[in-house]
Amino acid sequence: MPKYSFTVNGKDVEVDVPAEMPLLWVLRDELRITGPKYGCGVGVCRACTCLQDDEEVQTCMVKAEDADGTEITTIEGLADGDELHPVQQAWLDRDVAQCGFCQPGQIMTAVALLNDKGDDVTDADIDKIENVCRCGTYGRIRQAIKQAAQNM
Amino acid sequence: MVHPATDHEEAAPPSGTRRRRFLTYVAAAPMLTIAGKFVLEGEAAAAAPVAGQLPLPPVSGLMDFGDVMEIASAPTMELMKLEFTGDNKVRFELPRLEVGQGLNTAVVMMLAEELGARTQDVVVELSDARPELMFNQFTAASSSVRTFWKPLRQMAATARSRLLTAAAKKWSVSANGLVTQGTGVVGPGGRKATFAELAKDAAKVTVPSVPATPKKPSEFKVLGKGLNRADANAIVTGKAHYVSDMKIPNSVVAVVVRPPTLDGEVESFDDSAIRNAPGFKGTVELSTGVAVCAEYTWQAMELAKKLEVSWKQGPIAGMSSSDIQEKLAGMTGSLDDAVSDGDGDEIDESFDFAFVSHAPMEVNYAIADVRGSSAEIWVPAQSPQVAQKDIAAAIGVLDVKVHVTRAGGSFGRHLFHEAAIEAAEVSKAIGKPVKLMWTRNDDTRHGRMRPASHHRVKASFRSGKVRSWAHKMASVSTDFNHGMGDLITSTAVQSGLAKLPAAQLYFNLTQSVPYEFGSTTISLNDLPLEGVHTGSWRSVHSATFRTAEDLVVDQIAEKAGSDPANFRLENAKTDRAKDVLRKVMKDGKWGRPMPKGHAQGISMHEEFKSVAACLVEINATDPKNPRVTKAVMVVDAGLPLNPKGIEAQMMGGLTDAISTVLQAGIHIDDGAVREGSYADFKWARQRNTPPELQIHVMPATTDEPGGVGELGVPVSAGAIACAYARATGTKPRSFPVNY
Repeated sequence: MPKYSFTVNGKDVEVDVPAEMPLLWVLRDELRITGPKYGCGVGVCRACTCLQDDEEVQTCMVKAEDADGTEITTIEGLADGDELHPVQQAWLDRDVAQCGFCQPGQIMTAVALLNDKGDDVTDADIDKIENVCRCGTYGRIRQAIKQAAQNM
Repeated sequence: MVHPATDHEEAAPPSGTRRRRFLTYVAAAPMLTIAGKFVLEGEAAAAAPVAGQLPLPPVSGLMDFGDVMEIASAPTMELMKLEFTGDNKVRFELPRLEVGQGLNTAVVMMLAEELGARTQDVVVELSDARPELMFNQFTAASSSVRTFWKPLRQMAATARSRLLTAAAKKWSVSANGLVTQGTGVVGPGGRKATFAELAKDAAKVTVPSVPATPKKPSEFKVLGKGLNRADANAIVTGKAHYVSDMKIPNSVVAVVVRPPTLDGEVESFDDSAIRNAPGFKGTVELSTGVAVCAEYTWQAMELAKKLEVSWKQGPIAGMSSSDIQEKLAGMTGSLDDAVSDGDGDEIDESFDFAFVSHAPMEVNYAIADVRGSSAEIWVPAQSPQVAQKDIAAAIGVLDVKVHVTRAGGSFGRHLFHEAAIEAAEVSKAIGKPVKLMWTRNDDTRHGRMRPASHHRVKASFRSGKVRSWAHKMASVSTDFNHGMGDLITSTAVQSGLAKLPAAQLYFNLTQSVPYEFGSTTISLNDLPLEGVHTGSWRSVHSATFRTAEDLVVDQIAEKAGSDPANFRLENAKTDRAKDVLRKVMKDGKWGRPMPKGHAQGISMHEEFKSVAACLVEINATDPKNPRVTKAVMVVDAGLPLNPKGIEAQMMGGLTDAISTVLQAGIHIDDGAVREGSYADFKWARQRNTPPELQIHVMPATTDEPGGVGELGVPVSAGAIACAYARATGTKPRSFPVNY
């Protein structure tokens, strides 16, 4: 099988997997990084969202070969040691999570959005977020994004 | 919960307390004095006329399902225990499932309050299946906080009195001058001793020198103030672990190839095309399909696509949702059995509700390790003892240990544990530990659903006053084979209600009409439908029940020339209901002018000894793409324990209602579920939810907590349906309206 090299949360990794294997399963099964979650496998629910070279991606839709040479950031790599990222901190301050399963993806999506929009983020921008939260925490997600926008 | 050995120990879940614990003393068992009160209420319920499936006056005001749970759980509460560990933590194993509803956090608060412990020192873990607990290990019907409210506090108060007594002896002072705070006892002159230091002596105290009386609400320091989720930090850092994140060394992953029609059976299969593929670990025929095992998840998913299977058609092949709705519509009876009023006006309306998937974010997953005569299972189970029995029966192994894992959502889904049964069967067959997953498509197409239902509401009224009200619900049978039937029948047997089947019992223990509508009857008629997998879905019958009633209430108000909100206020039975209505009307600016295509809608719902009101505003200028733009919810949860948790439950209920009233439903086409993922099962996204949302938790109105886990669904559903009707000038009769 081919070998692919990339970084995950700043660490160099090399994996020996089929070219088409989705990055989600490379992370979860090969590298045992389980923050990105499987929710649909077709890029719809977005529980698997991570950053690839600082851009939001649904890792269930990224082939292993397309991860080669890139920088991947998962929820596990977002905090700087014990210091949480402003989006994580806002999630705590607003007590966003319920079951928590979609939240790694929600947080990574919010990070990408705020990297793009900064404190200009609007309700209309937030409305474009497609991530599903089955517990229905959308109202607190909205508030947390607005709070984080002020602290980034 | 016991976590499986992982192959990456440093990322293991926070089971550290288990490893660190070196001194454990069971300091208290609860004293229970609660049974008597409810026997009386049961007797009152028994006085209500009950016969077969005839329409009944609602009895849920006298005795509700939460009461049944409390009675059923009481006898085994003495088997609960609090443990005081060497690192000064207080550990409690909770025989319930945390699914995101915040139960763990509420339990932490109850214990911390009564003990005088810091909330971060109280560790609540999920208990393995414990058959000796009998009915006291069943997570359902917004009953858990209510059920533990008295026994947990009594247990903690007993522990506190022993700790105080032990400290008094240690310091040779009177126990009366001592207090617990900060997970320790504080005495005169600033003397301090931690619970850990006192636990050994406290365990020997037989007669405490201070009374073990739980605190009064006026003395609360922790309860009543919002506390963040106990596991919030783990969640936002990706360290919260679910069963899908666990891995047992040498385990394989299994994905089941499932039939094209519901409950179709395998005729034959051929795995020759995949036998030599990399990672292939075997195939196992099951009653539900063919399990394909592989080393890695993605391999299993890919190999499953290539397996050739011939299928027998399932029992409802050829039947579609529309056929089912038609059958249901024929089951709501004739007009004759409702009271008619020759002088007044009459209304008779019917409503259809589609099937709805539970669709928790985490698909069905379970891990099974079956070795010879024993089995070990990891699964998020609401009814783990039933899981244990079902698994034992399926694999013919008596020694089955079931570890309960946290759930990535449930909404009723984990009352059933099909994945665990399948995992055990596969593990037994291939002789390896198995992690079995359902793909999202499997979960939507072969999982459980809220059954489709048809409602008929007939009312007669005169001079603006409702004189009779009959609500008939016909539903595809809700599967109650998860232990609850036994629970209710054994508990409610004295009440006379127990003559009814489980679904009828549940219906009668939960549904009520919260308005003074004269002679009132309600009934449920079940349509058994083999092959359709149903189950209780958050709020069970209540969301559809309330939606249908609210639309009729609005119609009557309109005919009577009354304002819909004032009409509700005038007819509400209880003061608590009137108070939440008044508050929501004021805070939500009821009656303010709305642009064309926009409207407000209002509802009130009483259940679980709580009551809520909801006022929404909707923009339905495009009726195919309506948006709830604002929602105001007011909730009276009796004695509110964690206002933040209550708000979260109400917000979640609102999202459920937006989804199921406006846009998310399941079709059955020729015996197969059409929808596959959230792409076509159109669960609400951020753009569907209101940018403006206010949730107000009322100050304490009683001295006991009411249930809140499901309360937000019906009250929001009713309000949204009414708002949509008013905004569009239509009479919506089929839900979701865009389906």
